[in-house]
Amino acid sequence: MALNPTKHEMPTQAPEVRAHNFREVAEGYPMEVALEEAKRCLNCKNRPCVSGCPVNVNIPDFITKIKDGDFEGAYQVISESSSLPAVCGRVCPQETQCESKCTMGIKFEPVGIGRLERFVADRHNANAAEKAVPPAPNGHRVAIVGSGPSGLTCAGDLAKKGYKVSVFEALHTAGGVLVYGIPEFRLPKSIVAKEVETLKELGVEIETNVVIGKTLTVDELFDMGFEAVFIGSGAGLPNFMNIPGESLKGVYSANEFLTRSNLMKAYLDHPNTPIMKGGNVAVVGGGNVAMDAARTALRLGAGHVYIVYRRSMEELPARREEVEHAMEEGIDFRLLNNPVEILGYRNPDDPRDPKNGFVTGMRCIRMELGEPDAKGRRRPVPIPGSEFTLDVDTVIMAIGTSPNPLIKNTTEGLEVNAHGGIIVNEDGLTSREHVYAGGDAVTGAATVISAMGAGKIAAKAIDEALSAN
Amino acid sequence: MYRIVSKKNLNPTVTQMEIEAPLVANKALPGQFIILRVDEDGERIPLTVAGVDKTRGTVKIIFQIVGATTERLNHKNEGEHISDFVGPLGVPTHTEGVKKVCIVGGGVGCAIAMPVAQAFHEQGAEVTSIIGFRSKDLLILEDEFRACSDRLIVMTDDGSYARHGNVTVPLKEMLEAGERFDLIITIGPLIMMKFVTLTAKPFNVPVTVSMNPIMVDGTGMCGGCRLTLIEDGKRVTKFACVDGPDFNGYEVDFDEAMSRGRMYFDYERRAHEETCNLFKNA
Ligand SMILES: Cc1cc2nc3c(=O)[nH]c(=O)nc-3n(C[C@H](O)[C@H](O)[C@H](O)COP(=O)(O)OP(=O)(O)OC[C@H]3O[C@@H](n4cnc5c(N)ncnc54)[C@H](O)[C@@H]3O)c2cc1C
Ligand SMILES: Cc1cc2nc3c(=O)[nH]c(=O)nc-3n(C[C@H](O)[C@H](O)[C@H](O)COP(=O)(O)OP(=O)(O)OC[C@H]3O[C@@H](n4cnc5c(N)ncnc54)[C@H](O)[C@@H]3O)c2cc1C
Ligand code: SF4
Ligand code: SF4
Ligand code: FES
Repeated sequence: MALNPTKHEMPTQAPEVRAHNFREVAEGYPMEVALEEAKRCLNCKNRPCVSGCPVNVNIPDFITKIKDGDFEGAYQVISESSSLPAVCGRVCPQETQCESKCTMGIKFEPVGIGRLERFVADRHNANAAEKAVPPAPNGHRVAIVGSGPSGLTCAGDLAKKGYKVSVFEALHTAGGVLVYGIPEFRLPKSIVAKEVETLKELGVEIETNVVIGKTLTVDELFDMGFEAVFIGSGAGLPNFMNIPGESLKGVYSANEFLTRSNLMKAYLDHPNTPIMKGGNVAVVGGGNVAMDAARTALRLGAGHVYIVYRRSMEELPARREEVEHAMEEGIDFRLLNNPVEILGYRNPDDPRDPKNGFVTGMRCIRMELGEPDAKGRRRPVPIPGSEFTLDVDTVIMAIGTSPNPLIKNTTEGLEVNAHGGIIVNEDGLTSREHVYAGGDAVTGAATVISAMGAGKIAAKAIDEALSAN
Repeated sequence: MYRIVSKKNLNPTVTQMEIEAPLVANKALPGQFIILRVDEDGERIPLTVAGVDKTRGTVKIIFQIVGATTERLNHKNEGEHISDFVGPLGVPTHTEGVKKVCIVGGGVGCAIAMPVAQAFHEQGAEVTSIIGFRSKDLLILEDEFRACSDRLIVMTDDGSYARHGNVTVPLKEMLEAGERFDLIITIGPLIMMKFVTLTAKPFNVPVTVSMNPIMVDGTGMCGGCRLTLIEDGKRVTKFACVDGPDFNGYEVDFDEAMSRGRMYFDYERRAHEETCNLFKNA
């Protein structure tokens, strides 16, 4: 039997259409295509793909179930390792994880593992009618800080074992980056809402509007009767470049821009949330966050959107698929460029001119790649005298985030590393007894699947610690 | 959902409410603030904690109706609910060791200043309060200030009540007369805080200002509330929601803060008009 050398294409909205709406870009495999794609899997004995997945989803087994037409069975296989398959199937950087190890990928394109995972999860979600049933309570109580993928996963795993779990979330909606950061056109909010709903059915209490370190401290959670605490507070603190002009009106952190659009629903043209629309937009950075900000700006009505990144296409850290989608939509990639100053309007004759202080442009300098740094990445170095100006009205800084020091500062004895990441052992245990942590709060900005994996590890360790006494 | 336990109009544009939020009431200290949303899909706005009642589990807020969200909030009545209320946020005002303090409040800033004045009064400090309003009908909290101040000076810009002029006038007189405060705390419009700082400068009195930039999350996540301090000649970015809202007045770049505060000016004016029309037609 001749094998199809390429992955079956993902049906997507046409670029010129999707650039003006917030509906999901990738529409998902229809059943026939999923069946065909599944056939491309060789069911390798040594299962290299599994080792590429941070949570070791049993990939050949679930794909075999798809081949057999047992889609619910496939879902059950994935569920053993992953609690958010509908999310990970969409947002995992498969090209550097599971699919990078796929045998098919040696000669051809790898199997579309992520696309199949999404197919299975969507099909399950569309058909699952019955509610999750909470197990008999085991009498133990656990508190979870933060409702991102790490917190939700830890909560779910413990609730299934009969723990009484409360999740404390600082914002007014649960989901972490999945709701405030990643836009609707890549991850519909309804998928995250459904995951949260399932947790509630399992008896998990979601307490929004509680900032741990402010409203309550970690120590007070123990006083309230919680026997263990999991910290999944993410890496939300935005970095700025510290170049002149960053305080001008029209300069955003990607977090603010995306939060205004996603969480505060400016994307629905919501009358209550102001956001800069239209004009030209420059997004600084090359990760998923930068792609999301650029494509959100485009959909909100920007005229021209630039990605300004100081390295080359090869080093661009965003998921390949998002980069391709962004290019198709007309995002203008200005690689090997670095901003040096943001320029603003100033009317010297009229200090009350309402245009004063708004962004008018960004000075950039061209870069070239020099010697590799400690991590082996070639360092970008500026080319003297190559400065030029981009005419833009909005600048969005997407140059990374760090863990927020709020919890560290209010929890005595909680140790963090030089980057502010909470220090944990292989079980996710911190320097404080019965306090666990995982996800971006530990690693710094990483991925959904690694955050989820950390939540699982901590849940297991918490269960072992609490069921022992 | 958070219940509105009481509501009182302090003047035609300023309203006081007590909101049931026991966890916040338990923790809040003077100088801290909360963020609320009136209803589902509403904007998040910051308001200072104007007082707490721990036994009843309530938090007092005093707000001026300036735009769409405060307009909506003002249309809620006693017994009704608002959808979100989170706090206490920000760093409490430092009061330790201060024996003689001057509180300078302007307009609705007086609501923010009042619990701070009370805290100083309770710790036995000598409190001088200067509160200023545009005119008599905007005057708020005079009795409350009188109760916690050793000396109270009320000013109106138009002279319709008490002394005529703005708050820097009596402050300057006192400082020139040789009055020495351990600390001046000023809360109100940015332009007023800027001039209070300039007035105090020749006399070398420490000045704390309470900044109120546009905020979204209030936890250090968005960076929208950032402002610039000039520390030893170096420009340093701070987030008002987690590093403030109190800052050293001599370090704040007021002009930049004033400019940033007007970022959504046109948008806000339109949203306010639309909200007013909504209630007119209802
Ligand atoms: C725009 C964007 C796009 C991304 N795209 C991808 C992608 O395509 N693929 C991928 O794999 N990864 C992507 N990521 C990264 C991924 O989303 C994160 O690695 C992941 O969400 C981390 O999960 P977490 O549970 O550790 O924390 P988060 O998702 O950050 O959740 C932390 C939660 O804790 C809450 N919190 C924080 N402090 C407190 C406190 N003191 N008290 C109470 N609650 C608190 C926060 O409000 C938040 O809800 C993206 C990130 C961003 C920002
Ligand atoms: C820490 C802090 C404490 C505050 N305490 C009080 C208080 O106790 N009482 C009170 O009346 N006001 C207080 N404010 C100001 C209050 O948050 C704004 O008046 C409110 O957000 C206006 O919302 P709006 O939709 O009604 O008006 P908008 O239409 O949004 O704006 C009207 C005006 O308010 C300013 N403004 C808008 N949004 C914000 C925002 N999120 N933060 C700050 N200013 C904004 C705008 O620059 C504009 O000039 C405080 C602000 C901060 C940052
Ligand atoms: S969870 Fe992510 S990495 Fe693992 S198999 Fe699924 S798509 Fe691949
Ligand atoms: S490596 Fe590729 S072909 Fe082999 S089992 Fe895994 S997915 Fe199938
Ligand atoms: S309000 Fe978002 S960082 Fe301060």
